[in-house]
Amino acid sequence: MKLRYFAWLRARIGASEEEVALPAGVGDVGALLDWLAAKGGRYEAALANRKVIRVAVNEEYVGLDHPLREGDEVALFPPVTGG
Amino acid sequence: MIRVQREDFDVGAELAGLAAGNPGIGAVVSFVGLVRDRAGGERLKAMTLEHYPGMTEKKLAEIERDAHRRWPLESSLVIHRYGRLEPGERIVLVATASSHREAAFAACQFLIDWLKTKAPFWKSEETREGERWVEARAEDDEAAGRWAEKT
Repeated sequence: MKLRYFAWLRARIGASEEEVALPAGVGDVGALLDWLAAKGGRYEAALANRKVIRVAVNEEYVGLDHPLREGDEVALFPPVTGG
Repeated sequence: MIRVQREDFDVGAELAGLAAGNPGIGAVVSFVGLVRDRAGGERLKAMTLEHYPGMTEKKLAEIERDAHRRWPLESSLVIHRYGRLEPGERIVLVATASSHREAAFAACQFLIDWLKTKAPFWKSEETREGERWVEARAEDDEAAGRWAEKT
């Protein structure tokens, strides 16, 4: 699946997108965030405060319990500040 | 109609276009958002807007459909820019057209309030101190919350 990062999450992780295979045992968005943070380093630092992270799967806002499938596009970003 | 673009826009031409060819329109209301020259207590040099291409257009179209469902609009337009903008530059235009002003005023405010909390844009501010990402404001959530439908 494709992971995309925006705004300060992109800057802190140091990438705007990456392709990863859906890890075994990762069934939903919350588990994906745990798996990413467990990679340590930049990921752990960027994902330290979950309250300020919003998630979209296939361009729709979702909650932490949203199920994931191989082929999904998962975007992580801070609360939006347009307008 | 939704447009997400780097280029500036001509407000007069856009508003004229919104009402053109529809003599049933009696009211056009617009909101234009500009880059302010202050960020907190500091002088702003520039602001850079990042967005999520694809999702941005999708969310803006949803918000626009919602406005048309709630009010009797004849037409509407949202133009949002991205990229680096300096103080005084236009960021966003929201315009609504209706036969009477009430619907046009309400829908225009609804559109900008919802856009601010739902459309995936992020602002980064450049001052003498460096660059920093703008944090979401609780006031914007409250403004959007006013439009929540009672169930």
